[in-house]
Amino acid sequence: MENLIALLVGAPLLGAAVLLCGGRRLDRTGHWIGTLLAAVSFAIGLALFADMLGKGAEERALYQRLFTWIPVEGFQADIAFQLDQLSMTFVLLISGVGTLIHVYSIGYMEHDERRRRFFGYLNLFVAAMLLLVLADNYLLLYFGWEGVGLASYLLIGFWQHKPSAATAAKKAFLVNRVGDIGLSIAIMIMFTTFGTFAFGPVLEASGQASQGTLTAIGLMLLLAACGKSAQVPLQSWLGDAMEGPTPVSALIHAATMVTAGVYLIVRSADIFNAAPDAQLVVTIVGAVTLLFGAIVGCAKDDIKKALAGSTMSQIGYMILAAGLGPIGYVFAIMHLVTHGFFKAGLFLGAGSVMHGMNDEVDMRKYGGLRTYMPVTFVTFGLGYLAIIGFPGLSGFFSKDKIIEAAFAKGGAEGWILGAVTLLGAAITAYYMTRVMLMTFFGEKRWQPDADGNPPHPHESPRSMVIPMVLLAVGSVAGGAVFEFAGFVEWLEPVTGYEHGHPPIGAAAVTACTVAVMVIGVGLAYLQYGRRPVPAVAPRGSLLTRAARRDLLQDDFNHAVFVTGGTHLTRSLVYVDHSLVDGVVNGTAASVGGLSGRLRKLQNGYARSYAVSMFGGTAVLIAATLLMRAV
Amino acid sequence: MNPVNYLYLSALLFTIGAAGVLIRRNAIVVFMCVELMLNACNLAFVTFSRMHGNLDGQIVAFFTMVVAAAEVVVGLAIIVSVFRARHSASVDDASLMKL
Repeated sequence: MENLIALLVGAPLLGAAVLLCGGRRLDRTGHWIGTLLAAVSFAIGLALFADMLGKGAEERALYQRLFTWIPVEGFQADIAFQLDQLSMTFVLLISGVGTLIHVYSIGYMEHDERRRRFFGYLNLFVAAMLLLVLADNYLLLYFGWEGVGLASYLLIGFWQHKPSAATAAKKAFLVNRVGDIGLSIAIMIMFTTFGTFAFGPVLEASGQASQGTLTAIGLMLLLAACGKSAQVPLQSWLGDAMEGPTPVSALIHAATMVTAGVYLIVRSADIFNAAPDAQLVVTIVGAVTLLFGAIVGCAKDDIKKALAGSTMSQIGYMILAAGLGPIGYVFAIMHLVTHGFFKAGLFLGAGSVMHGMNDEVDMRKYGGLRTYMPVTFVTFGLGYLAIIGFPGLSGFFSKDKIIEAAFAKGGAEGWILGAVTLLGAAITAYYMTRVMLMTFFGEKRWQPDADGNPPHPHESPRSMVIPMVLLAVGSVAGGAVFEFAGFVEWLEPVTGYEHGHPPIGAAAVTACTVAVMVIGVGLAYLQYGRRPVPAVAPRGSLLTRAARRDLLQDDFNHAVFVTGGTHLTRSLVYVDHSLVDGVVNGTAASVGGLSGRLRKLQNGYARSYAVSMFGGTAVLIAATLLMRAV
Repeated sequence: MNPVNYLYLSALLFTIGAAGVLIRRNAIVVFMCVELMLNACNLAFVTFSRMHGNLDGQIVAFFTMVVAAAEVVVGLAIIVSVFRARHSASVDDASLMKL
């Protein structure tokens, strides 16, 4: 069975190669090829999953070594795969949701003349993401990590004729690069400390390294995770990344790629377990981002940007859970998977709404769409109930577990983290209800688009509706399946698990979670359900205005990094011009001046030459005599 | 007679020659002063040969005389041709070799 692992990556990679090199003759069939190869990958994943389920918990991990990538004395990098329960979970999520989104894109991108290229990029993304989760060493993981970054760049900037999309793609690439530096430094420290970067040896030996080294590795891995998963302080790219086509937002910037940071932390669990300081920073980053994303999500009128804020916030939950150690790893992954379902579903719903509304994204120009787009309404509604944690749906189970684990951390830390997660749950309920009410309820606030065409909302074609329905089913049932089919036992051999006991009792935590959810929904209903929504955004409070500008993240980056960088380069240029060039030019000028003066000695008079000859000889003789006397 | 006196004479002749080279402008006189310096050296060589009791210095003096004779042939020829071209034997007039 292990020989199939390479095919998981190989199928979409083949698709990308064929679609990107195939040229125009594949324009009519390209999308089918892309979808088929993604589905092949999913089918292989299912076969491996069935095989894995048939084995005992300890024998489930599979390994496949293809070839040695960089054979150098004392440094060996292999192309080798490791498929354990954690990787399996990701493989099914990536290839499953990926296939659904391929299907959705067939309809969504129907009128785009570059659809073949779009599917090529999507396949490239799936291949790189699978490589990332299947790698058995950090260097190959890094390769996949860069691969998804490339695919993300290409897809955000897919409509490159729009300057905003091209800029957003560049921004995402640059911010990610900051995180990538963290990952590369972490790998270098690992190699110098352990002499290898394969998961097995590094994680086994992690207990022997010094505390400082482990903390450094942990913090660098966290920096990498912050870049890829849009966590504070590297969160600024995710909102702009919504310039990409909606299927891309659903697959890459909600369900899979942005969760790579969570995967990285959970995969490196042994390192973080041995470095409590790094773990603490991880929980702080998670908690801050959780609130940050939620607050931004409350203020955005662009439906996709509101969902992007929500993604940031939900990934904050996962990172926080991953920072809690063995009591949280499993729930981080569980929330990751359920989030993959409901957030992909929500984005596809948003895409469907945009499809029917002439690509309008401003929720203030929606309203009353539930009767015009019934299927979108129902699937979006189920995703909505799942994300706010409505009892029985998937988000309820996974989020509730994280809140419990946060409380179970113990001490003041536990109370603070628990309170933050509860507050986050309330805000989540608030902003999602706001999105729901502004889009599907209330009176119609539709406005004609730039060409003067009034919108004619209609249900989307079947290729778009089916993936939405399937994801809605996943959003409804996912949590219960994980809860009762033993997700904890499934992941425990890889990540470790320790049951946490919250100080106020699990039932009380659940009651609180439901209570804050009801409060959040109620507040949003009072504000957006009872009163008509103004078509032009009101000025709002200071916080609202800051949140509309992403809590001034871009202004901060501009003030600190852009302006600071400009001043730094200017001062360096000044030093270069005045000091470095000064030394060089000064030497040249003084040599030139000196030789100009020496040239005057060359006056053509034979007698003056004779003087210098006599003078020189006299000096030589005098020197000789002097030396002899001494 | 003390041979050191010959050395004093030699130094005196050399100095006169050198001063003549530096001071006089007429190429012929400068040339003669050069010859004076050469012969002052010859005198010193011969004196040292006598003082040290071997013949090396005298042999060198012969060489110097041969070279000086050859030099006079070439040098006078150059001075004559310069005089024919420029109607002047002043060394200061021939100062074209400069930047």
